[in-house]
Amino acid sequence: MKYDKRYDGRAFDEPRPIEAKAGVVKNANGSGYFKIGNTIAYAAVYGPKEVYPKFLSNPKKGIVRVHYNMMAFSGPGERNRPGPNRRAKEIGLVSQKAIISVLELDKYPNSVIDVYLELPQTDAGSRCAGICAASIALADAGLTMKDMVSAVAVGLVGDTPVVDLSYKEEQPDGMEAVDIPLAIIPSTGEITLLQMDGIVDKDMLMKAIEMSTKPLKKIADILRSAVQDKYQGEQNE
Amino acid sequence: MSELQIKEKSVVVPGLILAKGMEFLPGQGTYRKDDLILANRLGVAVIDGKVIRTIPLAGRYMPKRSDVIIGKVIDILSMGWRVQLNAPYAGLIPIKDGTFEFIPRGADLSRYYDIGEYFVGKITNVSGQNLIDVSVKGPGLHKIRGGRIVEVNTNKVPRVIGKKGSMVSMIKKATSCKVIVGQNGLIWVSGEPAMENLAIKTISKIEDESHISGLTDRIKTFLEKEVGFTVTADEESTNGNEETQGDRQ
Repeated sequence: MKYDKRYDGRAFDEPRPIEAKAGVVKNANGSGYFKIGNTIAYAAVYGPKEVYPKFLSNPKKGIVRVHYNMMAFSGPGERNRPGPNRRAKEIGLVSQKAIISVLELDKYPNSVIDVYLELPQTDAGSRCAGICAASIALADAGLTMKDMVSAVAVGLVGDTPVVDLSYKEEQPDGMEAVDIPLAIIPSTGEITLLQMDGIVDKDMLMKAIEMSTKPLKKIADILRSAVQDKYQGEQNE
Repeated sequence: MSELQIKEKSVVVPGLILAKGMEFLPGQGTYRKDDLILANRLGVAVIDGKVIRTIPLAGRYMPKRSDVIIGKVIDILSMGWRVQLNAPYAGLIPIKDGTFEFIPRGADLSRYYDIGEYFVGKITNVSGQNLIDVSVKGPGLHKIRGGRIVEVNTNKVPRVIGKKGSMVSMIKKATSCKVIVGQNGLIWVSGEPAMENLAIKTISKIEDESHISGLTDRIKTFLEKEVGFTVTADEESTNGNEETQGDRQ
């Protein structure tokens, strides 16, 4: 079976509709909201602040902790046990690795930056949405960072490379699917996250990654303007 | 040929290209990558001749030497007091910088500053590892008794102070409260209870509306309506005991 038309009628390199906002959590030092299709992510950044427990602190540079949480009602509706599970811990870790490379942490020795990712609604691509929301939140928190990481999932449905898979496309009827979440630093093009779920050969993988260039650039622009919009006009005097 | 990619005073975000070419120099909040200058924190772009820098718009208070701050004692140690400064790091008041009084060896330090008490202090040193030394010895520095503490966003502190202290002196005149604004975003207000309320209300109004132009006039009208007499917004005569600098960038 050939996947020649996407379930929702998008072009193969077209991400789902995106909305982004900064400053959605008032108590946090910085916060972000990122919606892609039916996946919604909120990110809140607290810090830099002192590390507790103390032994985790690094006297040479600050540390970043990412807490990922898919809310119990966010998925198809099966009851989830609340609290972090194996999957949430893994995604928290890879998200941390994806964003840490842009942050300049040597200015904040012995401190921690806590990033909370909450997903009230998910329809695949949640770790990428989380990373995008975290980028907005970190910039909104006024941290020193080289760039804002932008992320999107690419993949194969059947043998067709596509961008930003929906949940339906991750489980296509009578076909195999490959899911490749990808995060890059837009100004350099360096990849900070690349995971792969499924079987794919090298050519197809490269093809899928190449396809992500355009949508990632678009997402990077959306992330930047989300932060700019919050502060636009706050500069009298 | 070098060229700017942004307008002066526009909001820039990390990773945004500010200028191309080697003729511009990267200042604070920016970095050079090959022949590009990019922003590395959220701020407003400022062009000083050849140097491009940004004024931060967000972020926590980072202690700087000689900032006047309001802090809270959180612990008593053998060498002084550990204090919380609304910053990522706690500070320390060494015994010798605590008070002009003579402190005998082995004295109970809680007699001078107890846990939970607030003070107006000055940052004397910030080390490379961000160890912060605070002094409460000096003109205008003292322990805080009475009054109330309010917190504002650190980046709004220059707005609360106003140009050469005009905003804060207006609040003082209208409410006849004592007001001390710490650079770390903590503000001490002391006076008649009703007037304290008014001062706090005014401060939060300044914080909320600081981005709309004509702030000083609006606050003036608001205060005059509340107190019923004319308030003048003149620049504060520096009486030495209150460090009320506005925009220092």
